[in-house]
Amino acid sequence: MEDIEGAQVELLSGGDMLVRALQDEGVDLIFGYPGGSALHIYDAIFRQKGIKHVLVRHEQGATHAADGYARATGKTGVVLVTSGPGATNAITGIATAYMDSIPMVVISGQVPTDKIGEDAFQETDMVGCSRPIVKHSFLVKNAEEIPEVVKKAFYIASTGRPGPVVIDVPKDVTNPVDRFPYKFPEKLRMRSYTPAGKGHTGQIRKAVALLLSAKRPVIYAGGGVVQGDGSALLTELAQRLNYPVTNTLMGLGAYPGTDKRFLGMLGMHGTFEANTAMHHADVILAVGARFDDRVTNTPDKFCPSAKVIHIDVDPASISKTITADVPIVGTVQSVLSDMLEMLKSADEMPDQSAIVDWWRQIDDWRERHGLYTAPRFRTDGDMIMPQEVIRAVHEITKGDAYVTSDVGQHQMFTAQYYLFDKPRRWINSGGLGTMGFGLPAALGVKMAHPEAEVVCVTGEGSIQMCIQELSTATQYHLPVKILCLNNQALGMVKQWQEMQYEGRLSNSVYEESLPDFIKLAEAYGHLGMKIEHRDELHGKLEEAFAIKDRTVFIDVYVDPSEHVYPMQVMPNGSMRDMWLSKTERT
Amino acid sequence: MRRIISVLMENEPGALSRVVGLFSQRGYNIESLTVAPTEDATLSRLTLTTIGDDHKIEQITKNLNKLIDVVKLVDLTEGSHIERELLLVKVRATGAQRDEVKRSVDIFRGQIVDVTSNMYTVQVSGTSEKLDAFLQALGEHTIMEVVRSGVSGIARGEKVLSV
Repeated sequence: MEDIEGAQVELLSGGDMLVRALQDEGVDLIFGYPGGSALHIYDAIFRQKGIKHVLVRHEQGATHAADGYARATGKTGVVLVTSGPGATNAITGIATAYMDSIPMVVISGQVPTDKIGEDAFQETDMVGCSRPIVKHSFLVKNAEEIPEVVKKAFYIASTGRPGPVVIDVPKDVTNPVDRFPYKFPEKLRMRSYTPAGKGHTGQIRKAVALLLSAKRPVIYAGGGVVQGDGSALLTELAQRLNYPVTNTLMGLGAYPGTDKRFLGMLGMHGTFEANTAMHHADVILAVGARFDDRVTNTPDKFCPSAKVIHIDVDPASISKTITADVPIVGTVQSVLSDMLEMLKSADEMPDQSAIVDWWRQIDDWRERHGLYTAPRFRTDGDMIMPQEVIRAVHEITKGDAYVTSDVGQHQMFTAQYYLFDKPRRWINSGGLGTMGFGLPAALGVKMAHPEAEVVCVTGEGSIQMCIQELSTATQYHLPVKILCLNNQALGMVKQWQEMQYEGRLSNSVYEESLPDFIKLAEAYGHLGMKIEHRDELHGKLEEAFAIKDRTVFIDVYVDPSEHVYPMQVMPNGSMRDMWLSKTERT
Repeated sequence: MRRIISVLMENEPGALSRVVGLFSQRGYNIESLTVAPTEDATLSRLTLTTIGDDHKIEQITKNLNKLIDVVKLVDLTEGSHIERELLLVKVRATGAQRDEVKRSVDIFRGQIVDVTSNMYTVQVSGTSEKLDAFLQALGEHTIMEVVRSGVSGIARGEKVLSV
């Protein structure tokens, strides 16, 4: 403590200041990996108690773990890496968080200020490298600005449309010798950043009128409802109106998956009923969804007779690919609660007979080709079908697990068959489609919810992209389940090659080179379990899920010939043009 | 359609690269770009011209607004405005050409700002169209070097772009 102008002010080094500012921001967990440029910061971490640091095995793992933590909690994930390769290794994870609008702060060490630009050892222009995939970034020029930069970074990352923020910190700025007065700002004023708040009342009123006039409405809800904690309001709205709801891949859990009003996921591997209902809808209420190309299929053919209401916190998402008839910029929470208020006081009611007819039509679609009205996969052979593995896990975990996934067929099967009733339970890389996401994300979720069941659904391809994190699970005792749907090929790549390249399997098979995952898991100190036959599936899964104190790698050999259906016809297809099986098309 | 977008942004290192990066990242076109600090040293004024339909321009302005460093912006072409560009050109001027060039400069209300026995350096300002016309009038064979500032602009009337 030092007396400056009559006030007691604490003097701290840049490194200590950074760690203290993180504490003052409420951070209690960091995922990271040390290295030369970050050593002063790491020393500051060693000398404090408030923040726990999880040492990963690769910086990509740190970003995915922080991402999983953020998705499961709604808090901002924090990552600490060193300069050069440490920073560039984090890039994939930053891009993953950016595409899915996940709040994250990434602190990267940088070479000393006077070495910047000299091609110094482990130097890379992190602010430049990360520029297209961050919401914002800071290069810290002197220690005194650290508290404010940290405050700003968390504010930017977590408000408006959330996203990753990079703080690049040159080593000299954190040196332990020079000490400066520390004060954490209580308030922030940023003239250039005002995140959207409430929606425009006039627009909301228009939207409510349009909704009430609908004869064939569909509510299309995306990741923004999960991220914006709008699930309860969305559910209340849908149930009040008795309108059907479909969720995007990112939005699963935003509306209860087992409710009868839920049509399933929409889009490329969406259900027949969801895609067909969208195509025929006259009013679409899009909430926190961005009309991604994996949802709309060919934009010109998208929902030809629909008027679109689009609620989003990011104005740039509105009318980007599909023009909104009633655009509303605002947080999902405030707009939905305003809508509910207006609905409650409105004299009009939805056209009941039209809605009854609409439901009759939807139920007919469900009956014909719905994903949940009859098994849409073979159930007679000895081969284990991937769909039934997911259904079994749903049953055993009572639909209440946190499920992370990697990318490919297993991801789509999980999205289709693990019906999420709650938000923040389904954790996957939707926008970027990052293989290797699942395992580190599961570890991040387990850090947040140590008592909860956490399952990483993966494939033998994806799991090998961040397999090193099995070691992190050992060090921090993070007993997650790893459920590998092993089809001995890059299943989704193979599916496309079979459908569009006359079965030429270019580099999608491993030719007997797969590791023995059981031995591999055991080498890291975990349990391994292999399931090869259909009749042992349930029993063995139950056995595996009964184990609560060990990480279990469950290697399930599934039918390698199975494809994910429905699958929208591309290119030039509309929402309702789908392959329903290898031979059946709408 | 050609648009002039005027941006008021934080005078911070890296701010310009974010703007330029946005354009290349999203496949937008920049025809010209000019930037300098304003009377308030914490702010820079950036003017860029781009070409696109209404939908594209709307996306450009929305995405520019999303950049944290951008404080305010205006599409000047939406209203009545004044635009200026500065041209410096070195022109071969020998013999009879000397008078010829001088006449063209007068017609376009330019100034000869430097002279050698073989060359004039001419300064002209105005709209980009006027500068194009002047260069055309000089004729290609007399032009040795051209430098243009890019478009700057300001709204007519009492409308002001400030914090």
